[in-house]
Amino acid sequence: MSTATDTHHDEHHGPAKGMRRWLFTTNHKDIGTLYLWFSLIMFFVGGAMAMVIRAELIQPGMNLVDPMFYNQMVTMHALIMIFGAVMPAFVGLANWMIPMMVGAPDMALPRMNNWSFWILPIGFTLLLMTFFVPGGAPAAGWTIYPPLSLQTGDAFPLLVFGIHVLGISSIMGAINIIVTIMNMRAPGMGLLKMPIFVWGWLITAYLLIAVMPVLAGAVTMLLTDKYFGTAFFDAAGGGDPVLFQHIFWFFGHPEVYIMILPAFGIISEIIPTFARKKLFGYSAMVYAIAAIAFLSFIVWAHHMFTVGMPVAGLLFFMFTTMLIAVPTGVKIFNWVATMWRGAMTFETPMLYALAFLFLFTIGGFSGLMLAIVPADFQYHDSYFVVAHFHYVLVPGAVFAIMAAVYYWLPKWTGYMYSEFWGKTHFWLSTISINVTFFPQHFLGLAGMPRRIPDYAVQFTDFNFISSIGAFVFGLSQLIFVYVIIHCIRGGVGRATDRVWEGSHGLEWTVPSPAPYHTFETAPEVK
Amino acid sequence: MFKAKLSGAIRHTVLLGLFLLPGSALAFREGINLPRGVTSISSDIYDLHMLIFWICVAIGVIVFGAMIISIFLHRKSRGVEPAKWHHNTAVEVVWTAVPFLILVGMAIPSARALIDIEDYRDYDMSIQVTGYQWFWHYEYRGEDVSFYSRLDDDSNRARQLRAHREIDPLDVDNYLLEVDNRVVVPVDQKVLLLLTANDVIHAWWVPELGGKKDAIPGFVNELWFEISEPGVYRGQCAELCGRDHGFMPIVVEAVEQEEYEAWLEEMRDRNAENEDATQVSAIDVAR
Repeated sequence: MSTATDTHHDEHHGPAKGMRRWLFTTNHKDIGTLYLWFSLIMFFVGGAMAMVIRAELIQPGMNLVDPMFYNQMVTMHALIMIFGAVMPAFVGLANWMIPMMVGAPDMALPRMNNWSFWILPIGFTLLLMTFFVPGGAPAAGWTIYPPLSLQTGDAFPLLVFGIHVLGISSIMGAINIIVTIMNMRAPGMGLLKMPIFVWGWLITAYLLIAVMPVLAGAVTMLLTDKYFGTAFFDAAGGGDPVLFQHIFWFFGHPEVYIMILPAFGIISEIIPTFARKKLFGYSAMVYAIAAIAFLSFIVWAHHMFTVGMPVAGLLFFMFTTMLIAVPTGVKIFNWVATMWRGAMTFETPMLYALAFLFLFTIGGFSGLMLAIVPADFQYHDSYFVVAHFHYVLVPGAVFAIMAAVYYWLPKWTGYMYSEFWGKTHFWLSTISINVTFFPQHFLGLAGMPRRIPDYAVQFTDFNFISSIGAFVFGLSQLIFVYVIIHCIRGGVGRATDRVWEGSHGLEWTVPSPAPYHTFETAPEVK
Repeated sequence: MFKAKLSGAIRHTVLLGLFLLPGSALAFREGINLPRGVTSISSDIYDLHMLIFWICVAIGVIVFGAMIISIFLHRKSRGVEPAKWHHNTAVEVVWTAVPFLILVGMAIPSARALIDIEDYRDYDMSIQVTGYQWFWHYEYRGEDVSFYSRLDDDSNRARQLRAHREIDPLDVDNYLLEVDNRVVVPVDQKVLLLLTANDVIHAWWVPELGGKKDAIPGFVNELWFEISEPGVYRGQCAELCGRDHGFMPIVVEAVEQEEYEAWLEEMRDRNAENEDATQVSAIDVAR
């Protein structure tokens, strides 16, 4: 089977040579690769900022940086990790995998695809430039609440335009994904036959189109407040600072699911493969994703329980938020039921998927606790919240991305990665991420507010532990880079077309590495 | 000094080791959970928090238990054959409906507690609290007492960047949690806070009094507490408010009624004495 690979190459349809290949490419695989490398670089840039944060917090006292620079680190770490690392990684995976999973030759709008990637580095150049302008980088938190964010120096317009550019990139990517899925499925690939990863991304793409313009509107209103004399958010001019929070979180909450629904899709691909058993309750999984997406539009004010809302408002947002636990619970139970009475093996992607299952559930529990308004009055803006969202974002979204990379790397490169180093990376990451974030629950409950550069001495021990965990996690990611490069350069041998014993789906029917063009003739799906 | 640091490092290493050992959570009994606090609100919140925590633990035991059993039993290396089934409507209905019922069970006490907390009527006294970058101002309404409350001098000297530091943070009592002027309130009185801010959004949070509320420019928010035990309760600003967000603590001192009256007298005298000086400093503050 694998010998057929070499005879199948269409040399004249191969990629262009050198830089032109990457600058002008319209090939979904090349663009996927660009997105994934970009995301990895941003993961290290944002990670370096996290290391500065944890180094400052390793013991009480201001030991390393000025409080203002600390605030810049906190702000930029979040912006870079969200818009630079997690979102582009999922778009990269979508680019690579969705056409291959639905039996399409490429994305529906390949030139726009090129553009939606290449404006990303432009957006991040704008954002990262802010470190070198008078007043330094944005320091009001990634939530850029006014009036504080209006105190930002010359970085402010760069931040706003940077966000606009990233938003345009996301919207174009989302349109492309929707059109591809709606119009380019192979004959026989009905909507309810699509892999869950495709479903997760379809719904995510709609969320992106719905909310990125809302963010664009919010930051534009900030811009006019600062430079053009409007007073949308200025109480002295008849405006309302809380209005910004409502608009921001109307974007912000769906944004949270934009970062987790594709992860749900990935986990729903990986667990059946390594359990050698079909996904339990396929249609329930699809409906659960849709239900979560719908609910994401009516829960936004749970990020603002302490701004002073009427009781009726608090109750409404508490109840809708609690409801999210139902479809999320269905997903967790279905994954466990998929494992149940399967015949599991534990290669690196499966280990990451299982860690996701455990640790995302812990993040879900703390999320449920945060939904309870009276309790949230205590948890709000404390380290408990920091622990919660890092549990759903790091061992949640980021672990799912890593699982996906290990899972599909052999298909992308044609070689097997080193299982030993993959597992080493897994165990170091999983242990250290818990050492980093679990103690932060305790810190928050004991009264440590988030976003502070220095703390009272009773918080010393857990901060020390957390910092050690963070350094180990940061260093462990170098192993990830090594595994990827090693794999590209030949890894531990050739991969078969199926790669995994239990794999299923169209992407495993093409040779490894996937040829530059796949499914030029649509496959038949029974 | 060096010795203190070294022993600190050793202690940390030992603590880290303990943390990594299973069951060593006992070593951290203090400061790992919400305080029960000294108000009816804080104790209601504590009970609610523990209830939901234990519900989550119970669900966790079931879900993680199933996963762990499955990981041990249903592995290929044990020679098992994968089952063929992939859905079961009855089971799926059950695990949609049961969590829903559990949520209803959680929602009822939560809503009840919330409605109690949001009852701002019938207060005994009120204090207007204004957040500034980066200190608080307190005005006792109808008492002719008002003052600014800032980070105390020792903490302020200890929190400077290493090169400019005059004292080690470890040598300061209540580092970052002490102020020059404390908020003194009587016990067993319903105290209403009227919160606002002068520049950016701040948040007023003393964990032992239960909950926090944002102080927003142009808005007046309410927060109340009725402290049952005399004592000193400490907290901090909880909403990012700029460079010195981490350095604007809150200290509430609850005393008996007579002692409170005496304190009010003293503050009035002090205010009268420093009338002119206060005026000037208020102008300074307003830039």
